[in-house]
Formats: sequence, C-alpha cells, structure tokens
Amino acid sequence: MAGTRNKGNPGLMGWIDDRFPATAMWEDHLSKYYAPKNFNFWYFFGSLALLVLVNQILTGIWLTMSYNPSAEGAFASVEYIMRDVEYGWLLRYLHSTGASAFFVVVYLHMLRGIMYGSYRKPRELVWIFGMTIYLALMAEAFMGYLLPWGQMSYWGAQVIISLFGAIPVIGPDLQQWIRGDFLISGITLNRFFALHVIALPIVILALVVLHIIALHEVGSNNPDGVEIKDKKDENGVPLDGIPFHPYYTVKDIVGVVVFLFVFCTVVFFFPEGGGYFLEKPNFEPANGLKTPAHIAPVWYFTPFYAMLRAVTFPMFGLDAKFWGVVVMGAAIAILFVLPWLDRSPVKSIRYKGWLSKIWLVIFAVSFVILGVLGVLPATEGRTMLSQICTVLYFLFFLLMPFYTRMESTKPVPERVTG
Amino acid sequence: MKKFVITLLMALAPMTASAAGGTVPLDSFEGDLTDKASLQRGMQTFVNRCMGCHEAGYQRFERSAQDLGIPNELVEQYLIFDPEIKIGQHMTNAMPTDSAAGWFGAPPPDLTLEARLRGPDWVYTYLRSFYQDETRPWGVNNVVFPSVGMPNVLEDLQGKVVNHCTPEELAHGHDEIDPLTGKTMGGCLVIDEAGSQSVEEFDKTVYDLVNFMTYMAEPSRLESESLGTKVLIFLAILFVFAFALKKEYWKDVH
Repeated sequence: MAGTRNKGNPGLMGWIDDRFPATAMWEDHLSKYYAPKNFNFWYFFGSLALLVLVNQILTGIWLTMSYNPSAEGAFASVEYIMRDVEYGWLLRYLHSTGASAFFVVVYLHMLRGIMYGSYRKPRELVWIFGMTIYLALMAEAFMGYLLPWGQMSYWGAQVIISLFGAIPVIGPDLQQWIRGDFLISGITLNRFFALHVIALPIVILALVVLHIIALHEVGSNNPDGVEIKDKKDENGVPLDGIPFHPYYTVKDIVGVVVFLFVFCTVVFFFPEGGGYFLEKPNFEPANGLKTPAHIAPVWYFTPFYAMLRAVTFPMFGLDAKFWGVVVMGAAIAILFVLPWLDRSPVKSIRYKGWLSKIWLVIFAVSFVILGVLGVLPATEGRTMLSQICTVLYFLFFLLMPFYTRMESTKPVPERVTG
Repeated sequence: MKKFVITLLMALAPMTASAAGGTVPLDSFEGDLTDKASLQRGMQTFVNRCMGCHEAGYQRFERSAQDLGIPNELVEQYLIFDPEIKIGQHMTNAMPTDSAAGWFGAPPPDLTLEARLRGPDWVYTYLRSFYQDETRPWGVNNVVFPSVGMPNVLEDLQGKVVNHCTPEELAHGHDEIDPLTGKTMGGCLVIDEAGSQSVEEFDKTVYDLVNFMTYMAEPSRLESESLGTKVLIFLAILFVFAFALKKEYWKDVH
C-alpha cells in the first residue's frame, strides 16, 4: 500500500515516513480517500457509531476506576459513583445512554446499508465485518447490563442465559458453564466484567479496523448505488469523488454536533429514557429470591425477544423454547447472508422496483412492531401479532432472491445524482 | 431552557408510557428540587419518622446537608441521633437486619432509591393510603400496597383512617366526595379520628417528605440540569460555526 511513496523527504515527517507510513496512511484513509460526493443524511451514522464507541471506551475506563465487580459491592459502588465520585453521575449517564445511542446509530447505519445495497459486490466483507460488530456489540451490551447488579440486571441475565438451556442434550451443562455456578452469582458477575471490559472491547475494536480497511479497499457505496471508480479523470481520481478529508470531516462535525445535542439532552435531562435506558427495577439490588413482576430486556434486544416468545408450539419432539431460540438465532444469522440473497441488477432502492420498496417497508415496520411487543407483557393478541411480524421479517429475506429478480428496475444513471 | 428541552422531547413522549405500575390509580406528584425549605422539612420528617427502621445507606448526611443548605452543626445537633455516626457517614440506623426480618416479616428496605424504584407518584400516594384493618399485625393496611408489613408511622399526624368500601372498590380508587363528613380522602377512606394535622397540612408533610426522597434518589439532578443547559447552549453555538465551516468547504463541490 505505502510502497516508496513519501520516502526521502526532509524534516520530521520525512524522518517518520522513512520508518513508518504515516503520511501514506493519512492519504489512503483521509486526504486521498475519495468518497462519493452525494452522501445524504443516512451517511452520518457510521462516523457517529465511531464517536459513541470512543465515548463508551473513555467513560468505561473511568467507571472501572470506581466500580467494584463483586456481588456484595457492585450495586453500592454504582451509587458511590453516582454520589461520591466527582462527575461520576455524568460518566455513568454518558455510558448508560451511550449504550442505547450505540444501538440507535447502528440500527440506522444497517438500515442505510440495506436501503442502498451497500452489502452488494464488492462490499460483502464490509457487510459481514459490520454484522460481526453488531453481534459482538450485543454480547458486550448484555454483559455490561449485568454489572450494576440490579434486579433487572440479574433477571434479564437469567432469562438470556436460560436460552442456552433450551439446546438439547448439552443445554443445562452449557448454562452452568456460562454462569460458572449453579445460579447467577458473584462468579458470573466477575467473568462478565472481564469479558465486558477487556475481551469484547478488543474484539470490537479489531472488527472496526477490519470493517474500515475493507471499506477503504473497495470504496464507499452511495445513495445511487453507482460505482464512482468506474469514471475517473486523467489523474485517476473518481469524477464523482471528493477527498474524505476535509469534505466529509467538516460535514461529519455538523452531524456530530447535532447528534451530541440530542444525546446530551437525554444524558442531562432524561437519563432514564422513560424507563427504557435505565429500567426502574434496576434501582433495587439483585435478589435471587424475588422475581420481578415483569421482566423485559433492554429495548435494543426486544425485537428478537418478541420473536423468541412468538414461537409457542413444540415441533419434532423439541419444546417451543428451543425453536424460539432457533428463530432468534436465525433472525440474526440471515442478515449475514444478505449479500447473496439480493439478485437485483441495481443496488439502490432508488432504482429497484416497487416490490423491493414494499418489502423494505414491511421489514422495517415488522422490526419496529416486534421491538414494541418485546417490552410488553404477552397476551394472546400480541403473540399472534408477533408471529405475523416474525414471518414477515423472514419473508423479506427468503423471498428476496425472487422479487429482486422478477421486478422491473429503473435505469441507473452513469454518474451520481445531486 | 428546560421548557424548550421538554417541548423538544415531546416527540419521545409515547416512549415514556412505561410498562411498570400497578392497578391502583396514583395521585400525581410534581416535586420541586429548588424548594430548599420543603426539602429541609422533608429530611426532618425522613430522619425522625422513617429512619428508625429504614436506612438511606447510599446517601451521606453531609451531602444532604450541603445540597439542602443546612449547616453541618445543625445536622449533627438535630438530625444525627447516634453519637457514633459522623456527618460524613451514610444515613444508616442501628436496627439489626436479621431481627427486623423477624419483626416485620421482611427487613425494611433501604429507601435511598425508593423514589426512583417505584416513582414519586407511588410513594406520595402510598404514604397517604393507610387505613385501619384489625386483621393486619400492625392494625393498618394500605390501598396501593395491600398487606404491607409496615405500620402507619404518620398516624398521629394524619389521624385514624377508616375504609368504607369493599376491597374491590378500594382497589379501583373511588374518587367521590363524601358529603356528610367533609373530610373525605378519595371517597373510600374517611378520617375517623383527627390527627394533629389537617388534611392539607398532612398532604404538605408527605409532599415535603417525598420531595426529599426524590432529591435523595438522585442528588445530582439539579447539577445535571444546570450543566446540561450550558452544554446545550454551547452545542447550539458550535453548530453555527460547524455549519458555516461545512458550507465554506463545500461551495466548490458541484
């Protein structure tokens, strides 16, 4: 990549460049990384996800300095952070709100990818690395949620770990292996703490690097789904490309400021997020002998939780819970193969036919409805609705090879539009 | 500024319809964390009437004193009863947990976070919803917390409250006024034997207490809102410059 570029220059940068490709990296990833000039609103969420990641890591480091990862001391240490540590309340709210904000921006980022076909050839690996980040992020959020050691921390973890118990034969032993105990205890808390603050952050950071390297290798997609590298000027610069720095850095600063405005409004004024970012039962210490009346996972898991509960009937001699777990796993797994399900000759939703547009809306609406159903206690009507939405969610993917091929598409322009 | 923020967040309002909550309709409680006199009276009630059994084990006396504007000497003189406890220590009591479990059926819960756990509406309604019930060990029951294991510690202020409804009617919270007594409390509950405070005075006492408990559940609330306002103003100004910078750079992109 770097080769002999920027070698033998005078000065400090020259000295460094002879030994480390600093200028070459700067050029490859920022000042000479050409991005399409027609990015719209939806293209803010990648850089925002990076911003939230940095926020989580920094606030996380400072929280770790005062947090006590033991069953006896965890809950009290969180209140110690809230009351006795200088600006501890701010660090904690930035971290807890940041978790929710992470999923907000990641969900919007993923929807953008689905809308504009950003997973299509040659960006399959960008998509797969991204999906792996999402998976690691779910594990990270789940383990982090146990750490305050409140009632919902405890019972939420109880519900999720019990899912592994639904696996035939090895289930119960697997559950015990994950907990490290016969029930969730301080041992579980300690290992979740280790995974939350060391193992998973390293995995996520490595995946983010892979995601960005893969992206910069193939170049960014855009709302038109046009390959800007197909049309270059005499210097080999894409005609519709502009250097990421300074153009998109200054544009992303605007996005960052707007995002921070909304984010800080929540952090400073509504950190509980109406009981969805910080759930009320979590203001009571974990008690293994007292089950809360209503256990709801945090909002970003609820679409999958609703799918789990939607499966209410046993099949092939295996109970409903096992199939619920299978459906839940499949709902995430199917996203990984998305690049090979889409057979449309065009990438962007702008030029796809009406079938693709309708299915995209059905998919997005089903996902949101499932999310709402996941926080509500189950009733007969709601279970029925979640079954319908689960089926629609899967049909969006399973029928994609057919409707993307049979529909008529609009002609894609040679160059990007507006 | 706060009004503006609230208006802005109205879009999120449907989300705030939390799934939690019981079946009994609760009286709404609008706290005022800037009303220091109310918070001070609330702390006085809390220390004198709640802390015999309950603790506020995450909150320090000194922090309360500072935030509420009470001089440390006054707190030491009138609000700390145990000479062993220093002002920098947590607001704990001397009741042994194991014995308490035997006396009440369950140890009295820590109340530091009660207003965040159940919501101030709940605490405000609960404390005003005790009524005489000879079948219960302490002679009282509660509308919003049936079969509660706690006596009505404010009974000498409120008076003895008698229930005139069936348990079903009670649970649905009748709001009719009893024209005969004129001392109605939600229709079902009537004050039978007056306490040392009038209904209005008693409501105010409970208001002050719940106001203090709301403060105690999140002592950083006021600081958070004051800092948050400054941060938002800064971001609004920064937006103008960020936007102008973007415009300047992008004017040559066609």
